[in-house]
Amino acid sequence: MDDLRHKYIEAVAGAADEATLEDIRVQAVGKKGEVALKMRELGKMTPEERQIMGPKLNALKDEINSAISAKKSSLADAALDERLRTEWLDVTLPGRPARQGSVHPISQVTEEISAIFGDMGFSVAEGPQIESDWYNFDALNIPPHHPARQEFDTFYMHRDGADERAPHVLRTHTSPVQIRAMEKQGAPIRVIAPGRVYRSDYDQTHTPMFHQVEGLAIDKDISMANLKWTLEEFCRAFFEIDGIELRFRASHFPFTEPSAEVDIRCSWEGGTLKLGEGDDWMEILGSGMVHPKVLQSAGVDPDVWQGFAFGLGIDRLAMLKYGIPDLRAFFDSDLRWLRHYGFSALDVPTMRGGLSR
Amino acid sequence: MKFTLSWLKDHLETTASVDEIAEACTDLGLEVEEISNPMDRLGAFTLAKVTHAEKHPDADRLRVCTVATNEGDKTIVCGAPNAREGITVVLAKPGDYVPGIDVTLSVGKIRGVESHGMMASERELELSDEHDGIIELPSGEVGDRFVDWLAEHNPTKVDPVIEIAITPNRPDALGIRGIARDLAARGLGEMKPLKEHKVEGRFDSPINVTIADDTAEDCPLFMGRLIKGVKNGPSPAWLQARLKAVGLRPISALVDITNFFTYDMNRPLHVFDADKVTGDLIVHRAKGGETLVGLDEKEYTFGEGMVVISDEAGVESIGGIMGGLSTGCTEDTTNVFLEAAFWENIQIAKTGRALKINSDARYRNERGIDPAYNAPAIEAASQMILDLCGGEASNVVVAGAEPDVSRAYKLDTDRVQSLVGMDIPADEQRKTLTALGFVLDGDMAQAPSWRPDVLGSADLVEEVARVASLTKLVGKPLPRTHVGVPKAILTPMQKREGMARRTVATLGYNECVTYSFIDQEGAARFGGGTDAVKLANPISSEMSHMRPSLLPGLLAAAARNQSRGFMDLALFEVGPVFHGGEPDEYEVMVTGILVGHTGPRDRFGARRPVDAFDAKADVEAVLAAIGAPAKLTYVREMNEWWHPGRGAKLGLGPKNILGAFGELHPKTIEQSGVKGPVVAFAVHLAKVPFPKAKGTGRGALDASDLQPVERDFAFVVDDTVEAIKLVNAAAGADKALIADVNVFDEFIGGSLGEGKKSLAITVRLQPRDATLTDKDIEAVSTKIVQKVEKATGGALRS
Repeated sequence: MDDLRHKYIEAVAGAADEATLEDIRVQAVGKKGEVALKMRELGKMTPEERQIMGPKLNALKDEINSAISAKKSSLADAALDERLRTEWLDVTLPGRPARQGSVHPISQVTEEISAIFGDMGFSVAEGPQIESDWYNFDALNIPPHHPARQEFDTFYMHRDGADERAPHVLRTHTSPVQIRAMEKQGAPIRVIAPGRVYRSDYDQTHTPMFHQVEGLAIDKDISMANLKWTLEEFCRAFFEIDGIELRFRASHFPFTEPSAEVDIRCSWEGGTLKLGEGDDWMEILGSGMVHPKVLQSAGVDPDVWQGFAFGLGIDRLAMLKYGIPDLRAFFDSDLRWLRHYGFSALDVPTMRGGLSR
Repeated sequence: MKFTLSWLKDHLETTASVDEIAEACTDLGLEVEEISNPMDRLGAFTLAKVTHAEKHPDADRLRVCTVATNEGDKTIVCGAPNAREGITVVLAKPGDYVPGIDVTLSVGKIRGVESHGMMASERELELSDEHDGIIELPSGEVGDRFVDWLAEHNPTKVDPVIEIAITPNRPDALGIRGIARDLAARGLGEMKPLKEHKVEGRFDSPINVTIADDTAEDCPLFMGRLIKGVKNGPSPAWLQARLKAVGLRPISALVDITNFFTYDMNRPLHVFDADKVTGDLIVHRAKGGETLVGLDEKEYTFGEGMVVISDEAGVESIGGIMGGLSTGCTEDTTNVFLEAAFWENIQIAKTGRALKINSDARYRNERGIDPAYNAPAIEAASQMILDLCGGEASNVVVAGAEPDVSRAYKLDTDRVQSLVGMDIPADEQRKTLTALGFVLDGDMAQAPSWRPDVLGSADLVEEVARVASLTKLVGKPLPRTHVGVPKAILTPMQKREGMARRTVATLGYNECVTYSFIDQEGAARFGGGTDAVKLANPISSEMSHMRPSLLPGLLAAAARNQSRGFMDLALFEVGPVFHGGEPDEYEVMVTGILVGHTGPRDRFGARRPVDAFDAKADVEAVLAAIGAPAKLTYVREMNEWWHPGRGAKLGLGPKNILGAFGELHPKTIEQSGVKGPVVAFAVHLAKVPFPKAKGTGRGALDASDLQPVERDFAFVVDDTVEAIKLVNAAAGADKALIADVNVFDEFIGGSLGEGKKSLAITVRLQPRDATLTDKDIEAVSTKIVQKVEKATGGALRS
């Protein structure tokens, strides 16, 4: 029996492929194999002999079977290894092409702004871009023929001879949304109103269309000091620089009183702009306490309510934050520009995750 | 508005430096735009003396000079004819910047001789246009700073010029006295009292003035006076220097005097050559059609109602805006009629705008001048004319009367704290207002006559805060309106817009922002371009009409990119389109275009021209992202800028269209200058129904544990039969059992013959109660075949 065992274990070990192994299996433990034949002989044995030989033969059968199956899997592994060895790819070849989309900086920055103001309880208001003369000017305390009107470089819409209304305008600022929002919602109110605005001006630093965001907060005791804090908090959050400082400077806007232009501390050292440090000041926005006449125009009682308004250039904020040099390029749709300054589709600005990556 | 430091000091006693003054101006709301200080420009130059001069050995017109300087003797080669021994000169050393020639000097060799600097002419130092020779000074020691010498001997040459921007509410600051008043209120000095003049008339003016009854409202007051026997000519150097410094061209003494008052006191005046005036003057409204050649030598035609000044010969002056050329003063004028009038500002603005005249007079009169200074102005200007031109003054003729602009507002000293948030003692507030010319009576503050902008109590607060300086304002937290976690702030539409934008970007499109206005032809091609959406004053013909669609802007962007070598593009925009010229006639759309191929060439052979099904997949993705129902109606009538057969509108029924996709019309593509193919999609964002308010629960998941079964069928149908018809018919065969029907193959022509196609579908059956038996499957299959054959007129492909 030991011979038998030796013979087949050797044969299994020496088998070079699965076919040989199968032959060995048939010869050894197949129905007519040597082990099977031996097992048939058990019937002729005495019970005592049988008791010894039976288990031995069974053990031999198991041993050969497991040797075969072990050999089988090792042969398979070797075959797989051999196959894998030939399956080499030059993975430095390019992958399957996929287009990479992008979000325009104007959209991204607008979302950043609304994320910050949303956290401060401002909702987002909207209004039309073809706007009536009344909403764009009169309601904002800019009566007809006021010299301030000329400073807006207004685009006027064509007006048919038969139509006696003042021609509509392309809104020159987002301020008319203040009026519309207050008419709709009354006071107290906190809104921002981002969107396109239009002025007839086209040169190195001006485009006939650009983007503003208006801010408006009306309540019973909101003061200019609250305005300063709000703008400072906004700038620190938006530019992601803690040390940002603002300076208020008296100015004049027909729709606010007192009015202030707001400068941000910066440095131009070495020709590069750095916010929040240095001794220079750069004007970034106009603001003030909403003029009583404006509140009145919107149906809000100026004896009870007061508050602030401000206007920021979205394109300008984007340029400052992301170092984009030329305003005109915002509207040129140059693919190289869109890819370079654009944002990833899933890069949604949030307060918890931060505004920029 | 420009002014010089010395001119300011006519009105303000101050020791403040230019920088302090400029800083205060900006902080007070008179924003400084530029400071031009000759001291900065000329600070480097020192005095030197030529101790020896001889002819250059190799050049006849050059001299080699030995010059004594504060750094010892230097050799300087000079070409000026007056370079000679003994003169005191202005020296620029190597390293100094010479403004008039825009050069920073270095040691140079001129015809073989080293030259260590230069001796400057007046032009080289931008002091004048004089360039006939170098500056020779009559006094001064070697090493003295040239600016110090100028300050002592010719101060106007080193007078700093400050330019400020004036907001429309501050006409008073269009006069230098007004600026001085603000600075004095801020504490930068003391106001000097205004000199009072009184010129006695020696005779009655031969020219009389009347104001027509219907014009009194627009010209309430007109004062005039004849001064005879004047000698006009160039004005004195000091006056010329001042006018030049603030950017005006000196013309003649009489004209320069009027300009002086314009800038000094914001008081425009006019001078007529009295000998050219025929008879008396009358202020009246134009009938319309009259003409006048103005002082700017342009002819103006008046509209009905414009206020003009006429004599017996006709219109001679545009009241408060510009005088006429024919009655203007010249060097030969000997009798002058001086005018000081008060004009109603709206009328000035209207007329000025209609005639397109931008004069200093219009600019000031339309913002509002001081009516109380009318009479003093006549006297002060008369005195100046007598001083500079001689002559004899008549009595003053007066038409109308000084308008009463007096008004007072309640001063609530607590208001500064509650509105601005600054703590300023009541005393200081009152002091500030008094310094600005307000007259306080108890708690009432009367506005000064030169401040037409002060129209309420809030203006008093503004004045106090402005003078106290808003830089002192300290921020104060704005309390939250709501205690707790901030609420969502976007409207469903705003959220949808953002969702659509980021979905399209995820699909590989680059977002563009293009102009809302486009050219008329382009707009017309996309169903717009009518007069309703036309701009009255477009900036160019390329930007004349509000866009009816986002496609033209995107196509133009594609064409620009193709010209830069980018042929395959995926561009999109989210923005407004305009259906009409009224404020509410707009909607926000999202539109994308795919141009050229699906991608760059690759090894996989996957590159192919974009087609309508790319656009279809994308429009479906966007619609799904914003919550549109999955099942939409196809409307095959496309607008004319789309390919008529390769696209569809998708709607909730045929009337309520949510979006569209397809190939653009070949003509549209060609006219846009884009190399195609171009496919596009568009979605009307607001048209997709918003979900009705409900909870956040999703409903239970309905997923059967039983094995689903898939069966394939192929049908031969006419090639005009739409797949959707077949799919719907199949799906309708057993709505409970059939979970999904999907077309996986289309085969046209070949053995099927002309006009036929085969569509293959796979139907997924999802049993719910028990595993499907062969018999069940057989039954539903038969039903599917029957339904499809009936609906499409086709047959199961054998």
